[in-house]
Amino acid sequence: MEFNLSAGLFSEGQKFESFHEQTLYDTIIIGAGPAGLTAAVYCMRKGLKTGLITKQVGGQVADTAGIENYLGYRYINGTELVDKFREQVMQFSIAFESESPVQSLQDGQIKEIVLEDGRCLKTRTIIIASGKQSKQLNIPGEVRLIGHGVAYCAICDAPFFVNKKVFVVGGGNSGVEAAIDLAKVAEHVTLIQRRDHLTADKILIDKLADFENVSYLFEHIVTEIKGGNDVESVMIQNKKSLLISEYQTDGVFVQIGLIPNSSFAEKLLDMNKYNEILVDGYCQTNRDGIFAAGDVTSVPYKQIIIACGEGAKAALAATSYLLNQPKE
Amino acid sequence: MAIFDEKTRQQLKTVLDQMKNEVTIVFFSQEIECQTCRDGKRFVNEIASISDKILVEHYSLVTDKDKSDLYGIDKVPAIVLLDKDKNNTRMRFYGIPGGYEINSFLGSILAASGKEEAIPKPIKARIDKIGKPVHIQVFVSLGCPHCPNAVMAGHLLALENENVTADMVETSTFNHLAIRYNVSGVPKVVINDKYEFIGAQPITAYLDAIEKL
Repeated sequence: MEFNLSAGLFSEGQKFESFHEQTLYDTIIIGAGPAGLTAAVYCMRKGLKTGLITKQVGGQVADTAGIENYLGYRYINGTELVDKFREQVMQFSIAFESESPVQSLQDGQIKEIVLEDGRCLKTRTIIIASGKQSKQLNIPGEVRLIGHGVAYCAICDAPFFVNKKVFVVGGGNSGVEAAIDLAKVAEHVTLIQRRDHLTADKILIDKLADFENVSYLFEHIVTEIKGGNDVESVMIQNKKSLLISEYQTDGVFVQIGLIPNSSFAEKLLDMNKYNEILVDGYCQTNRDGIFAAGDVTSVPYKQIIIACGEGAKAALAATSYLLNQPKE
Repeated sequence: MAIFDEKTRQQLKTVLDQMKNEVTIVFFSQEIECQTCRDGKRFVNEIASISDKILVEHYSLVTDKDKSDLYGIDKVPAIVLLDKDKNNTRMRFYGIPGGYEINSFLGSILAASGKEEAIPKPIKARIDKIGKPVHIQVFVSLGCPHCPNAVMAGHLLALENENVTADMVETSTFNHLAIRYNVSGVPKVVINDKYEFIGAQPITAYLDAIEKL
């Protein structure tokens, strides 16, 4: 029997505190993935009055099975690495909020972060490290059938597709990993890829090639997911001939990449065409005192180790910004 | 072979050392037609061997009918947590809480032991108002990282209001229930067989559904 224990969740030295609306924070970090947590450690060590708002400590790392490219660990599972990150942050007294997400930001000498429950937090700087989330296909039937055959987490939901037929949409690392997890249990897996080849790492493509119950549809896209209460079929278009055909299936796993969690900042900050926040080499956005780090930004290559480095940079940049502000 | 290796045992010990008061794990099993009952029994016994504050009571679903009726147990393996005065906390686990669910199991044991969690006042007021019987079932798979949060939210409601009973239901053990409740994505939360939602939602989503009952 396996146990994915997060001992850090229960750490006795819990020093997370509640936010107070009357307090003026030096910095508030939005997001607690690798970038946000690293920023938190740097800010606390610099002695800043710091707050951290997040949906999930660990961000995408918490949903990752194994990590083999974060230096210091030849192999570590996602839960364990998050635990270690959390422990390092929790040695400090930091204000923490995980129940209510951020709704919007207001810029000014003193900045305001409005939470969805209506609370308004005041801070001199903001570090946005809100990461990314799974992208949806945005086709008919998708949202209605979530949890009824449409899925985004293969390690969570693969057990419900034992001896069934499933489609995996996307030929990048997450798509091929999902196809591997599903090929172990499903009767048949069809991987649909928009391009004419898979873009996943070779090591994963080779692993998937070992399964005999997997077929591939290159240069095809899904245009609709059909079904009454549950997924029954998918409409699939050949990108060259534009012909659409219907395929029977029990499930559709959508793994077409990620979108930045940046909508709460869209009125305030400049973004690229992918809605990633534009930052310079100092993690500085187009607004003074607002910094961004990690997967939510335009910085190329989304990796844990890069996000950590960016988080550190954003924290140091925020610190030096604060030092250069006139004393009140 | 032991259920927990030495490293996990040590980690469990650091967590369980934080228990405030005693907790009783009431474990229900049956001799036949239960493939996971034997492992379940070893699981609870090993957990109890790690902390002096954990007591275990073993019952049979069939022959100890008074007990299974008392706690409303209808399938096995099942775990019910009791507080220091042996009061039912209404936090139940159907199936062994392995994989990621070890976290919800530990969280609920600490909660049952009296380790308090700060609940924001407006939420607490809504929980206190629940006046009708509420049964929350949280369907999980053991490889699901978001599922423990969904279980713990349900269990918190059960602990805070005696009208609420909350279950973790492990879907590979209770496959027939996964089929009956049409579970093909987890966590799936079903409230009084009337309302359901998918995903680890904040506690307000549970309260919204409960207030509509």
